[in-house]
Amino acid sequence: MPIKAILTIAWKDILSEFRSRETISSMLIFCLIVVVIFNFMFEPGSTLVRQMVPGILWVAITFAGILGLNRSFIYEVDQGCLLGLLLCPVDHSMLYLGKMLGNFIFMVIMEVIIIPLMIVLFNLDILSIILPLALIILLGTLGFAAVGTLLSAISVNTRAREILLPILLFPIAIPILLAAVKATGSLINEGTIADARSWIKILAGFDIIFLVISSLLFEYVVED
Amino acid sequence: MIKIEDLSKSFGSFYALRDINLEINSGDFWIIVGPNGAGKTTLLKIIATLSQPSSGSININGILSNKNKLNIRRQIGFIGHQSFLYNNLTAEENLKFYSQMYYLNNATQRIDEILKRVGLWDRKSDLVRTFSCGMQQRLSISRALLTDPNIILLDEPFSGLDQSAIDNFIQLFSSLISPDRVIIMTTHNLQLGLQLATHFAILSKGRIVHKDQTNMIDLSRFKDLYKELTGGAN
Repeated sequence: MPIKAILTIAWKDILSEFRSRETISSMLIFCLIVVVIFNFMFEPGSTLVRQMVPGILWVAITFAGILGLNRSFIYEVDQGCLLGLLLCPVDHSMLYLGKMLGNFIFMVIMEVIIIPLMIVLFNLDILSIILPLALIILLGTLGFAAVGTLLSAISVNTRAREILLPILLFPIAIPILLAAVKATGSLINEGTIADARSWIKILAGFDIIFLVISSLLFEYVVED
Repeated sequence: MIKIEDLSKSFGSFYALRDINLEINSGDFWIIVGPNGAGKTTLLKIIATLSQPSSGSININGILSNKNKLNIRRQIGFIGHQSFLYNNLTAEENLKFYSQMYYLNNATQRIDEILKRVGLWDRKSDLVRTFSCGMQQRLSISRALLTDPNIILLDEPFSGLDQSAIDNFIQLFSSLISPDRVIIMTTHNLQLGLQLATHFAILSKGRIVHKDQTNMIDLSRFKDLYKELTGGAN
């Protein structure tokens, strides 16, 4: 039953976004600008590009992710919908997980479009490591969405919410971003998963920690 | 049905509610009136389990509200001055969403029935953002009534509505009064409140300063009493 509530909330967010296309389009445009600007700076296929790509990728994902996370709870407070959600006979941690799942899916949709574009623009030969790379990106995105959803719920009721969210989010998300960038870098530069394995374990560990802590704290964040 | 005992709510050193005692029985329709900041919305939020009291207790149908929140929420329909509706979903999708969140059986049948009741069945496939204020309020009532709740909480439901929407609202709401149901409404509209309710409570600075049955008082006396007890504030 709680799973049904989580999926219902995520589906509602996806359907609503499908109608407005406000969040994903702004995330995509931002990502595209970042990738294209960096593409002007570096020679495609060079060693330098391979060293820089992990950083460029995660800069694009996190900054575009912030745009999506900022909007996530704005939709809920607009017509008082957050109050409507909180009144439902569902544990508030399930509401958090539903919103988190929606944010995670939006970020993954953006990544599915932007990563092939990066491969082409930067002339990267990473087909042999595409599966472990996908795993790292999914784990990094999950952790980022986990912390970001909680902090988005905190910042939405403040006047300077657009500024407050990144200020709160980046310091807390450092373990996730550090592990994600290091794992991506090891994988792309070494061409094998061996060196990235320890970073992937750290990333998965932080995902679990952030998911559990955020779902427990959400109740206190939304309560008066 | 609802028993509120010695309830207080403080935010730091500020008391939003202090020593509230109310006993509300099935079939009662209570209005809570008071100036802005008197604590009306806070009281409704505590009854709806959205806020924890600092002290005191609320007992709803024999259940302490802080002990079984999910069970209490299942019994409550809440209508505020905001619609709680998603603008980018249709009327039907909004109600489907909430029916799934309430794990409602026979949702499709119930949604059709309730949309017909509020006169929105022919607009069920339209996006809520295309609805007028009055239509959104009617849909908001449908949302709150989906589960056929036995406690209905109304927080300033007339805010932003024109006279015709208010008339529709009253007509719809008069049909909801039943011996098995409790309705509690906060409002600034003393006349409408008195017209609809069976009981009233005047809240001032977080305290209930007067409570009585509405048939014990006429409008002009009610207005005088309100001014006297709240210092004439709106």
